[in-house]
Amino acid sequence: MELNEERRAALIAELRRILGDESVLIEDADVIVYEQDGSILQAMPEIVVLPADTAQVCGVVAAAERAGVPIVPRGSGTGLAGGAVPAEGGVVVSLARLDRILGVDLRNRTAELEPGVINQDVTKGVANDGYFYAPDPSSQAACSIGGNLANNSGGPHTLAYGVTTNHALGVEIVLHDGSVAWLGGVVPDVPGYDLCGVFIGSEGTLGIVTRAVVRLMRSRERVRTLLAIFDRMDDATQAVVDVTSAGIVPAALEMMDKTTIDAIERGAPVGYPRDAEAVLLVEVEGVAEYTDRVMKMVEEICARAGARQVRVAQTEQERQSLWKGRKGAFGALGTLAPNYYVMDGVVPRSKLPETMRAVAEISGRFGVQIANVFHAGDGNLHPNILFDMRTPGALERVIEAGAEILRVCVASGGSLTGEHGIGLEKREYMGWLFSEHDLDAMARVRAAFDPGMSFNPAKIFPTPAACGETRRAPAKIPAGLWL
Amino acid sequence: MSAPIPALQIPELDQCVHCGLCLNHCPTYRVTRLETESPRGRIHLVRAASEGRIDPGERFAEHIYLCLMCRACETACPSGVKFGRIAEAAREVLGPPGSRSARILASLAFTQLFPKLGRLRLLIRLLRFYQRSRLAPIARRIIPRRLREMEAMLPAVPDRFFVPDAEVLPAVGVRRARVALLNGCVMPLLFGDVNAATVRVLRRNGCDVVIPRNQGCCGALNVHNGETVAAKQMARRNIDVFQAAAVDAVIVNAAGCGATMKEYAHLLAHDPAYAEKATRFSSMVKDASEFLADLGLTGPLGPVDMTVTYQDPCHLAHGQKIRAQPRQLLAAIPGLRLVEMEASDRCCGSAGIYNITHPEMSRTLLDEKMMSISRTGAAAVVAPNPGCMLQIQYGARRTGSNGIVVYHLMDLLDRAYQAAEHPSRLRLPS
Repeated sequence: MELNEERRAALIAELRRILGDESVLIEDADVIVYEQDGSILQAMPEIVVLPADTAQVCGVVAAAERAGVPIVPRGSGTGLAGGAVPAEGGVVVSLARLDRILGVDLRNRTAELEPGVINQDVTKGVANDGYFYAPDPSSQAACSIGGNLANNSGGPHTLAYGVTTNHALGVEIVLHDGSVAWLGGVVPDVPGYDLCGVFIGSEGTLGIVTRAVVRLMRSRERVRTLLAIFDRMDDATQAVVDVTSAGIVPAALEMMDKTTIDAIERGAPVGYPRDAEAVLLVEVEGVAEYTDRVMKMVEEICARAGARQVRVAQTEQERQSLWKGRKGAFGALGTLAPNYYVMDGVVPRSKLPETMRAVAEISGRFGVQIANVFHAGDGNLHPNILFDMRTPGALERVIEAGAEILRVCVASGGSLTGEHGIGLEKREYMGWLFSEHDLDAMARVRAAFDPGMSFNPAKIFPTPAACGETRRAPAKIPAGLWL
Repeated sequence: MSAPIPALQIPELDQCVHCGLCLNHCPTYRVTRLETESPRGRIHLVRAASEGRIDPGERFAEHIYLCLMCRACETACPSGVKFGRIAEAAREVLGPPGSRSARILASLAFTQLFPKLGRLRLLIRLLRFYQRSRLAPIARRIIPRRLREMEAMLPAVPDRFFVPDAEVLPAVGVRRARVALLNGCVMPLLFGDVNAATVRVLRRNGCDVVIPRNQGCCGALNVHNGETVAAKQMARRNIDVFQAAAVDAVIVNAAGCGATMKEYAHLLAHDPAYAEKATRFSSMVKDASEFLADLGLTGPLGPVDMTVTYQDPCHLAHGQKIRAQPRQLLAAIPGLRLVEMEASDRCCGSAGIYNITHPEMSRTLLDEKMMSISRTGAAAVVAPNPGCMLQIQYGARRTGSNGIVVYHLMDLLDRAYQAAEHPSRLRLPS
């Protein structure tokens, strides 16, 4: 949305009055870095602002709404679906400076946080007291709580602990008119509609979080981690099915394939076996007796499924090293190709073996290299299609291959996204999963919060928007985006 | 839109998939929370400038030069992106930082001072004269604030500079290696004792120590500040001089110099006459701690009764991936207790001439560092790099924690050896 010069100048002046000159960015060399997130999509913002408290967020939102420009909230910009990319320009509101841990209440096991707090810092702050914050996206060293709430983020330990919505009790949000509302509370099960639940995972389309009360969990008595090494992908996926159908719920059950291992070992090596076709990273935690017994069972199941070797981490350092590789896996793909397009499809666990075969088939059919690293225990796939944006036709082929993978996921009774969100990237596929009526119902929920559709437009909903207003011409990737 | 810049189209850029894992490891991002002051942001800026999407003007230069070049992002990066090379390439295009006069001054220093160590020695002598004259207290009252702050950062110039007795100093006891030592530019002038201690420790460990007379400054400051012409000359000269010394290793006790010399191979990659020699030379460069830990300490070490904390110099931890070895050597000293500080591998704000070019950011980081140090309760900091030593000494003066003493790792090893030889001289000045 282009503002005319005069209205743009007026908006900038007002934002500067609210925030001070230093916190309003308008020069190309300042705002261009906000055109991207962790995905392959890009679009230039017109203005970037960095408020420092709730009152400033209110002022910014009210001013932008009056000016009629899109408002795009942003945390650390580690998202993988273009959620923080200002698809229609406007004002990007970085919440990076709202980064205080406002309070920790260990007796009630809660923490009150600002949205810019880094996920990992929550756990760091309470670890010595024996607590942790459970949702642990792989980007947890960088991603923000606000972004986690917006995307209902999960991570390797989602299998045992659930996703962000299971750990957020209440949120303070700034609404489209600049007013403030609390959704949820500081105790579980607030009566009435679960509006906090509605907000979490809304990808910045309903409002801006300025505070959140989250649950803290008690650290487990014992944590044990193993790496099971397989010469065949089929055996590895079968082991996942066997572990879960034996009634075992590991704290985490992750898979990495040969291509991913190669990337990790090239970038920041941790000692994964480079000749393996696939490895499973399994973590079990709980009271000591239970943990040891279950660990034994997992080892046996892996061996029976055909694991060539099972390495159990003997020290905390070894355990950390096993995880370091997994957590850096996405970033490490840069060692193989300049770009990657990550899919986030979900399938029922029992369908894992055939789905992985389908992914391999699609890789061959489209002639694209795919690195698989994912939350196997949840059936949450992350096939990363590697490519070079500068090769003519590569992007189109990659997007088609990605769509094909998601079609397989949906057809097997799964979903388009497990944790990355729909964002800009997958909105055109929403129709595969939801009927017109479903989407219309969602659009009306959205309109109840944000009637002018000011917050993060062009996200989640396919074009044309279900409210009847025709927006930008529909395309696989919205026109005008920098790719 | 401006013209694309081919000099910036370097392969390192393609390796960044903008995952953002570097953000929180970047000192300047942590302070400003601006993505332009983050590694990912700066890479994007360089990429945009290389493609002609943004003008490599003043704003661009400010972002590129607010970077400390600490390379903490290289440790954090899962793809192993060599950010230092990206930033160096950008700075080469931009030239030295700051205002016009500052750039001229910097260029002069890089081309006329550091490559010619005699001049540097003269300058430091003048500084010593000034510090001891009656001029200093008067000057402090009348010079502008900015200059006064810079003056406060300067260390007291010691009485004596380090001048080796001979070009080759023989090993004590069984000969185990023949090594050369980088004397450095400011090391022999401001930290002469550290060089002397390094020589003693090496000799006690069975090393013939060669200190070639014609060696020069390593050129790190040049490379980090967009000056590569003189830097390459300095590199070529050092390669020739050290090659002639016919040694097993070239020992460096300054982290920043070591990191730069290990990268001569990259600096001279396009110099047909030197590319191969530079590769061979770089592989011989060893930090003193790296070399000694690998060689294994010999001889009796006496007790040094002291509680210390360790500051990982950026160009040791991030630039050379050396973290374990200095700690291993400290652990070998009887009676010495190491208490780790929080974020010991976060930059102290020294960063070459950064504390002069960016005093505010530098001081913010220093204050944070001094807090981390004071929380350990240790009375001494070990920081094996002259920049870090100067900065933390300044921090101690600034925050009034004058009790905190800064040591080089070689100082303490030397003391441990001395304590074994002269048990009566065990006590350290408090």
